Amino acid sequence: MPQTPMADKPLLTVRNMSISFSSPDEADIEAVRQVDLTLTPGKTLALVGESGCGKSVTARAVLRLLDKNAVIPSGEILFDTGQGAVDIAQLKPDSLAMRSIRGAEISMIFQEPMSSLSPVHTIGDQIDEIIILHDRVSPKQARERTVALLDQVGVPGARDRANAYPFELSGGLRQRAMIAMALACTPKLLIADEPTTALDVTTQAQILDLLRQLQDDYGMAMLFITHDLGVVAEVADDIAVMYLGDVVEQGDVYEVFRSPKHPYTQALMNSVPRLSRKADRQRLSPIKGTVPSPRDRPAGCAFTSRCPHAFAPCPDQRPERTQLSAGHVARCHLLTREPAEALA
Amino acid sequence: MLRFIFNRLIAMVLTLFAVSVVAFAIIQLPPGDYLTTYVATLNSNGDRVDPSTIEALRQQYGFGEPFLVQYWKWISGILGRGDFGQSFEWKAPVTTLIWGRLGNSILIEGLAVIAMWTIALPIGIYAAVRKYSLGDYLATIGGFIGLAVPNFLMALVLMYLSFVWFGTTIGGLFSPEFENAHWSLPRIWDFLSRAWAPVLVLATAGTAELIRILRANLLDELKKPYVTTARAKGLPEWKVILKYPVRVALNPLVSTIGWLLPTLVSSSVIVSVVLNLPTAGPLLLRSLTSQDMYLAGAIIMLLGILTVIGTLVSDLLLAWIDPRIRYGSK
Amino acid sequence: MAVETISPAEAAAPRKVRRESQLALMWRRFRQHQLAVVSLWLVIIFYLIAALAEFLAPTDPSAYSARFTYAPPQGLHLFLQNEDGGWSFQPHVNGYKSEVDPQAMRRTFVVDPEVVIPVRFFAPSEPYLLAGFIPMSVKLMGVEGPRDPFYILGADRLGRDLLSRLIHGTRISLSIGLAGVTLSLFFGIIIGGFAGFYGGWFDSAVMRVVEFIRSMPTIPLWLGLAAALPKDWTALQTYFAITIILSLIGWTELARVVRGRFLSLRTEDFVTAAQLDGASDWRIITRHMVPSFTSHIIAAATLAIPGMILAETALSFLGLGLQAPIVSWGTLLQEAQNIRTLATAPWLLAPGICVVVIILALNFFGDGLRDAADPHGR
Repeated sequence: MPQTPMADKPLLTVRNMSISFSSPDEADIEAVRQVDLTLTPGKTLALVGESGCGKSVTARAVLRLLDKNAVIPSGEILFDTGQGAVDIAQLKPDSLAMRSIRGAEISMIFQEPMSSLSPVHTIGDQIDEIIILHDRVSPKQARERTVALLDQVGVPGARDRANAYPFELSGGLRQRAMIAMALACTPKLLIADEPTTALDVTTQAQILDLLRQLQDDYGMAMLFITHDLGVVAEVADDIAVMYLGDVVEQGDVYEVFRSPKHPYTQALMNSVPRLSRKADRQRLSPIKGTVPSPRDRPAGCAFTSRCPHAFAPCPDQRPERTQLSAGHVARCHLLTREPAEALA
Repeated sequence: MLRFIFNRLIAMVLTLFAVSVVAFAIIQLPPGDYLTTYVATLNSNGDRVDPSTIEALRQQYGFGEPFLVQYWKWISGILGRGDFGQSFEWKAPVTTLIWGRLGNSILIEGLAVIAMWTIALPIGIYAAVRKYSLGDYLATIGGFIGLAVPNFLMALVLMYLSFVWFGTTIGGLFSPEFENAHWSLPRIWDFLSRAWAPVLVLATAGTAELIRILRANLLDELKKPYVTTARAKGLPEWKVILKYPVRVALNPLVSTIGWLLPTLVSSSVIVSVVLNLPTAGPLLLRSLTSQDMYLAGAIIMLLGILTVIGTLVSDLLLAWIDPRIRYGSK
Repeated sequence: MAVETISPAEAAAPRKVRRESQLALMWRRFRQHQLAVVSLWLVIIFYLIAALAEFLAPTDPSAYSARFTYAPPQGLHLFLQNEDGGWSFQPHVNGYKSEVDPQAMRRTFVVDPEVVIPVRFFAPSEPYLLAGFIPMSVKLMGVEGPRDPFYILGADRLGRDLLSRLIHGTRISLSIGLAGVTLSLFFGIIIGGFAGFYGGWFDSAVMRVVEFIRSMPTIPLWLGLAAALPKDWTALQTYFAITIILSLIGWTELARVVRGRFLSLRTEDFVTAAQLDGASDWRIITRHMVPSFTSHIIAAATLAIPGMILAETALSFLGLGLQAPIVSWGTLLQEAQNIRTLATAPWLLAPGICVVVIILALNFFGDGLRDAADPHGR
């Protein structure tokens, strides 16, 4: 994995951000609470968690693409535009300032390449559009760049394929087109929301390879959302583990994988199947129970109801962020208190 | 695309054949044959009928022969010579009676289709984008009323209100002085000043239906990921909505023309009777009440053909705007 | 510990729900749909009016009186102001003053508040047969003197009572809707059921025919068929003929619904499971498939009634449907066809209000039924 100098200034800093959803006839739901994330150029942060844990919502909040009923009641999202920092959390979602960041500075690729592309416009038209929008070039020049981009992301016969509709392409090619679109204006940050989940394994590897290579070429930061720890090991420099709206553990990916400190991270690592001979296999240990609804989340640690070590303070007191080593942080009472009660 | 058009054309020819059979069956339905009625009318008017003329007519239409033979004589007359037979009530060939009126029908129905779309599009988009807003509720209520009030009742009420409020009667398509004039700017103006009422009445039910469908489709489409993709590009919201979800939601809407047309043609018959429009409707009614069957059959068939062709056009339009159909994929 | 005390109760709860019958479940979902419940009541009221027409109608619908041509609506007043200014309960209508319009040379009526004609509820009347077989001699309302005018909703050209005609028209219009749908349902289930269950060439042939009929403008077709009815047929014969004509086109929609249901159910897991269990075709159809779609069929049939009512109204309005002695909403509206009449007697549009109300009510009711029948559906 290529190493960029550590001295790099953070590109995007999410500090203490919460997101809540309101609905007309029920109480508000806090989908994400007090999340801190840092992204640096050339590096990849993987945001990991089960479905519904708030990882996609977090990512969309960065581009202010949340539904109308979502608000960011607290926290800031500081983005370094090159001419000083902008707090994205304060921008209006449909403002010019926000729109000139979207697609140009920060772009995003999505899980479902089929439904994420318009079915009635050609691939080329959809890519041209973003180039014309941000770089104000003629349609002809835009198309030239589109073809070059498609070529770069490995779409064979790029010039012809630019005139194809999404349903005429395979899943892998569609995702490549999606990536070409995201990179069209050389963004500083790429948010990839489970970009490989809908693809089969071999295509998955190709796309991951492509993303890594493009990151080298462009030197951009990447926020990679996934539930697949294998993919994390493949692409990430840093990892943040989310559970029901909380980031329970985050840090250097190597460090976290080597010694996970939060019981949820540990459980997650234990539920990943490994390739081994039958005789050497150990039973997987799935996590007990199911994820409760955010409505039933305890005031304290979100993982309380399924944690094998849960003890007195867990349901009511929110564990503090505990620094374990340089850049390795977790939120768990076990790290600050004697676990005697829990073991009893 | 060519293959698609070809398939559609084949299907259309078959449908047209079926239409002509149905129309001819209706001609044959009333008891007694046309010629007997014809001779009876002539006799009752005191006209002397030459037996050889009757025999010639009998030969020409194949009276007394099996259904298929008569059908063949009828349809080959239409296809070969453009001869739809005689109207005994008007004592004239059917062709001389119908074309002008049919043209008016097409004009009124075409304007109604245009009106439906121009009214339904903005309202439908607004109702979907501002779901559950006051405007959305108003559109929904208006839609229900549009669906529940039969066209002819709406025409009656409109006629009554304009009489009570303005002291004028609406009805007809042309003022007497323009009745038989050639198309000119004043005539167009005269036409439009009278045509708005029937056009609006005809358009209501369809508009309500289109708004309902557009709103439902658009609500579905607005949730789709490609809309988020378009927003993530940095497009302004209005452009996102118009260029992507609205564009996709239009496709099923275009195909609804296909099944709105039969209803439209149907209701134009009855609205024309109420508002006394010189279209095919009142002529059809009159020919049916007087059992002038060749005229009635011709009108029924031409209205059917009109609908079939309209449906074909909407199918082709759909294929043209939707690449998924154009390239034969589902 | 706490978990163990909760779980039996929790386990019991779903079992209790499952005991509820399909119908009870549907009713519970239906009741949440307020508009549909209100509409259901409206529909019931309308059909009651149709059933009790002879009792509710103050007079014979064809009893005419040349003295009261186009008499305006009197309205029904429940309270009467006494001479001392107080109010007492005394249902009554007001009489008419007739004036001769010197310009139009025409007699017009004005309601005269001075003349009070008392109205009796459950007034004795000439003996009649309610719904054709219950002998009765009491009507809901009536006036004392047989010569007194009693036109709550006004009179028509021949001085016939519009209210009575409207009530009798309700019977005809609603029953023709119901009869037409029943007949359509009969054709629809047989044809659609065969097409859906056995598929193959029969299915494609049926679907072509259905598509063809649906692509035709219906009113010209109906008119063409109705015009061929012999003029000398009796009222009852015409009534049935019109019903048959309406369902000749109406069956297509219901056949489509039935076929669609059969097709989708055929591949449903629970049907496959029943087949694997060795159940016979007959048992699968009657025990597994029919119960799971009857509710849909009922909803579709309900939604088809408004179309039938509208079609009858339109045909009769144009003069090619039901004929004169029969009173239906359509034949009533036919009298309001020209603007001169309409300007003199706008109350003749009253049947139109009934049409709109019953059509809205049936639509909401049908929508509610459909939603209740299919909780997962749109």
